[in-house]
Amino acid sequence: MTNLNAADRLLLLLFAVAVLAGPVILAPFGAGYPDLLQKFAIYGLFAIGFNILFGLTGYLSFGHAAFLGVGSYAAVWAFKLLSMNVLPAIVFAVLLGGLFALLIGYVSLRRSGIYFSILTLAFAQMSYNMAYSVLTPLTNGETGLQIALDDPRILDGAGQSGGLPLTNLFGLPMNQTWESELLGMTVQFNVGFYLCAAVLILGFYAALRIFRSPFGLMLRALKSNQNRLNYTGVNTRPYALAAFVISGMYAGLAGGLLAATDPLAGAERMQWTASGEVVLMTILGGAGTLLGPVLGAGMIKYFEAILSAINKAELSDLLSFLPDALREPLVSVLALFVGEGWHLTLGVIFMAIVIFLPGGLVEGARRAMRLFSRGASDAPSEERPAK
Amino acid sequence: MDPILKVQNVNKRFGGLKALDDVNLTVERGTVHAIIGPNGAGKSTLLNCFVGRLTPDTGTVMFDGVSLLGRKPHEINQLGVSRVFQTPEIFEALSVLENVMVAALAHRDGAFRMNAWGALDAEAEIRDLALATLEDVGLAQRRAMEAAALSRGDKRRLELAMCLVQDPKLLLLDEPTAGMARADTNNTIDLLKRLSEERGITKVVIEHDMHVVFSLAHRISVMAQGHVIVEDRPENIKGNPKVQEAYLGGAHA
Repeated sequence: MTNLNAADRLLLLLFAVAVLAGPVILAPFGAGYPDLLQKFAIYGLFAIGFNILFGLTGYLSFGHAAFLGVGSYAAVWAFKLLSMNVLPAIVFAVLLGGLFALLIGYVSLRRSGIYFSILTLAFAQMSYNMAYSVLTPLTNGETGLQIALDDPRILDGAGQSGGLPLTNLFGLPMNQTWESELLGMTVQFNVGFYLCAAVLILGFYAALRIFRSPFGLMLRALKSNQNRLNYTGVNTRPYALAAFVISGMYAGLAGGLLAATDPLAGAERMQWTASGEVVLMTILGGAGTLLGPVLGAGMIKYFEAILSAINKAELSDLLSFLPDALREPLVSVLALFVGEGWHLTLGVIFMAIVIFLPGGLVEGARRAMRLFSRGASDAPSEERPAK
Repeated sequence: MDPILKVQNVNKRFGGLKALDDVNLTVERGTVHAIIGPNGAGKSTLLNCFVGRLTPDTGTVMFDGVSLLGRKPHEINQLGVSRVFQTPEIFEALSVLENVMVAALAHRDGAFRMNAWGALDAEAEIRDLALATLEDVGLAQRRAMEAAALSRGDKRRLELAMCLVQDPKLLLLDEPTAGMARADTNNTIDLLKRLSEERGITKVVIEHDMHVVFSLAHRISVMAQGHVIVEDRPENIKGNPKVQEAYLGGAHA
């Protein structure tokens, strides 16, 4: 951390504290349970990695779910062949995600703009369909890849008996949870979440280093004016490819963690809707910002969990204070936006943000702060802070 | 005689149009060489052949003993050729200082270097070099500004700083005063003149503005319809009947 300036060190510290305190902070919002907390951290990582490609270089990939899926398959295979310890599985997932990204990136980066996007989309859909069909021996097709009792597990499989083994970190099972009462709430501290949280903090730290490095500056220059960068003596292709591979490794890491917390992998993780989701997360939070992707991922996963769980009856209960004549039409309209229809809410929010707040949530926070500080000092600062 | 750029028998066709017709040109080291001529004479096409944007159909372009043909723009830059564009090409989304730092890094680290773990803040040498160059072109005050917010004249200065920080052996300037007001043009001339004297960088300038050309150039090549029709010292150019015909006669009315 010696290479970061004071502001960045503070940012990292606050980020780490907020993530580690996640179970406490999010409990009042009904989001303090392990399954959702893990999703926040895992998709946060996925979006941080995606942002290194999209936010810094401007190359919009519509196929990043392929690397997530590859990471999940790789991790489950590590569980089947090596050990139920999550460490080798995660390493394996990152390496395979990166390798896959190298192959797809090498071909796709021959084009830019919409053609690049279409190429990545095509590759991801190809991977998805192959996982369902010809690659069934590797992926177990529609059923999805799962661990089984008779897997070899050469490192820790000897003398196993009883039920399916659990994913663990040196013996500490991922699904172990300690509950405690705090301020009248039940707070759940889960091993799987804290693994994901630790990896998220490391991933955020790595992204921060990349953002502040000469490499990061080159990527931002690439986004701003590729032509000028070429005439400035820079070979832009390897820079874009490196960013692509790094973001593929993050995606593989996220896929590996998904498998570590729940050891199965299915082809639907590679589908284009999953690729589109990480684009939404990044733009919603603020592409090219450090915190934005994590916020965007959290927001989408939160709405998914909360809104999709509400049904018509609950909605009716919620609005029971209204007179019947008003309540019934209102319930039938709002019902479209919850439960199965939560995507409609997401769509409305996404449109609103893109139109009114193109910089995403982070831009919104910045505007709010500026409004706040102008009220306080009345002296708007015209210059961006010097580096 | 110490030529840095030697263009021999270069031809370039676009469909039925002969854009460059057997062009020969020699630029001496340490001089300012202007290429002038009416619109469509082939000046920009010729320049594009120097930087890897176009490849001539036939002929050779030698820079400092190596052929430039078939090389990519970034390779040609790494050989020591920098270019200023007709419309300033800068990194609008970056700060003024960052723009120059990108160029300085590219000069020091080559076409690609994976330095994703080191801090930009720790690159004191690069920063100081970039700042000194900004000082030289008169933009040091604006170093923290976003480059997009600069005036057109300042964008040109910034682009010039990005080229200068690379200490090029050959600097190509494509209409460096295009679209500028007279005062800005004079400032640019003064700047280029001063830099020529201080740094002695060889320059090739394409220009419409005769005032600029005659203030700067040691040699002038006049192009018309893809040919170099005259090459001479500035004082001999004005009175040359061929030049007058190229500008006043023909299709350029």
